[in-house]
Amino acid sequence: MKYLIMMTYSSDDGVPPPDEWTPDDVKASWAHMQQIHEELSEAGELLAAEGLAGRETAKFVTSDGVNAPVITDGVYPEAKEFLAGFWMVDVDSEERAIEIAARTSAAPGPGGKPTQKRIEVRRIMDAPAPEW
Amino acid sequence: MTARTDVEDLLRELAPQVLGVLVRRCGDFDDAEDAVQEALLAAATRWPDEGLPGNPRGWLVTVASRRLTDTWRADQARRNREDLTAAREPATPAQPSYRDDSLALLFLCCHPVLTPGSAIPLTLRAVGGLTTAEIAAAFLVPESTMAKRISRAKKHIKASGIPFRMPSPDQWTERLRSVLHVLYLIFNEGYAASTGPRVARSELSNEAIRLTRTLHAGLPDDPEVAGLLALMLLTDARRPARTGPDGELVPLAEQDRTSWDQDLIAEGSALLSAVLPRRAVGEYQLQAAIAAIHDEAPTAEQTDWPQILALYTLLERMTGNPMVTLNRAIAAAMVHGPATGLAALAGLDTHLGGHHRLDAVRAHLLEMDGETEAAITHYRLAAGRTTSLAERDYLTARAARLGARRPL
Repeated sequence: MKYLIMMTYSSDDGVPPPDEWTPDDVKASWAHMQQIHEELSEAGELLAAEGLAGRETAKFVTSDGVNAPVITDGVYPEAKEFLAGFWMVDVDSEERAIEIAARTSAAPGPGGKPTQKRIEVRRIMDAPAPEW
Repeated sequence: MTARTDVEDLLRELAPQVLGVLVRRCGDFDDAEDAVQEALLAAATRWPDEGLPGNPRGWLVTVASRRLTDTWRADQARRNREDLTAAREPATPAQPSYRDDSLALLFLCCHPVLTPGSAIPLTLRAVGGLTTAEIAAAFLVPESTMAKRISRAKKHIKASGIPFRMPSPDQWTERLRSVLHVLYLIFNEGYAASTGPRVARSELSNEAIRLTRTLHAGLPDDPEVAGLLALMLLTDARRPARTGPDGELVPLAEQDRTSWDQDLIAEGSALLSAVLPRRAVGEYQLQAAIAAIHDEAPTAEQTDWPQILALYTLLERMTGNPMVTLNRAIAAAMVHGPATGLAALAGLDTHLGGHHRLDAVRAHLLEMDGETEAAITHYRLAAGRTTSLAERDYLTARAARLGARRPL
């Protein structure tokens, strides 16, 4: 079963942005994530994992297929949440996907305190189609 | 020059035999499997251009053994084990046949200590002779991910100390069930594929059928092995009619029956009739019997639903599986009308509440019953909960079609 595990940055979850953390706290967080990455990779569960570039670089595109597309820069400043990165995994059960999500949520933040970020777990549509 | 496909077929047939020889000689499944995989790759590159060697199996055994020796030489810590193996060898009694080796390998790779997610790729590689790249492509995962998974599965087997031989009588039923389950999952993954390169995926069904044929050849008297093979053939026969030009699902009742594969139907039916009267009837035989009834109906209207209902009733009693109850409800609706089918679903909410299949079946039966609004609601619920893209499209289309027919 394939899942997308998404980490969202939220401006109101009580965790300051990483540029306000001490270098050691940033290092500890990075080491935690790196360890998860290596374990998923060793287990043959990891399909992809990426961090997204800052919200400042985001573009919104709409098009009617005829005229030049309309491009808007950046996530709206008032947006409270935006996607920061994701893991795509292939696991034996939903329980396992949730376990991985929980570990990413428990990543250390400022002062080594778990950030407890809210992680979104979504199943990827990969089931075989049944007979009808 | 030898045709590439001929070489591939030959290699897949020889793969488990060569591996069997090596495992028996060295006692290390993990290392032997790596060595055989390398020998297979070498053969796949060389034989199409250079032609087949005089004794292809002997060639593979020689090349794989050399690789294995190289590996061990490179690994000083294992020196001692080589001596150990040499000492152990004369103790091996009579030389088992190549067929016995292939079966023992299949039972090893499908051992219940492994999850299906591990057993499936391991079986495809070690017994099916597929490359890691081919397996990765079929399951739409990166090759490196699949390589890790296979290597982990092999280490798990090694750590569990499972011996390389057929299971003992007291374990036989459980172990065979596990083998049949893995083969069934491989088949279903390919047959029901709705995403990804269709060819790579349908290859999985063919591979499952091939492996089940091997199993059936080795255990011709086992009725459930024959039942599973019959089920695969009778189901695969409908594959050409199962999807429309854009990959959309075509339900059984609307399929073009002239495109069903009559040879597969004949073979599956013959297998089934040979085995059904013989012994205790099992799950796979019953499912195959149901598939046979569908396949033998000249039109959807002429389907022998009373017979299907009787078989599902039997299957339900045997397995207690709520998914079977769902299918029985459909059969009951076809025999006695939708109200009976809906009543049969009533008890399922506790077991299958929130499962899309329950909503989907309920939607179909409500549609049969003329309850348009309720049917639309349940089709939508089911569409939101399924994890199959093709099924979601199908359910969404059913809901839309009912909505469009609704009087304004």
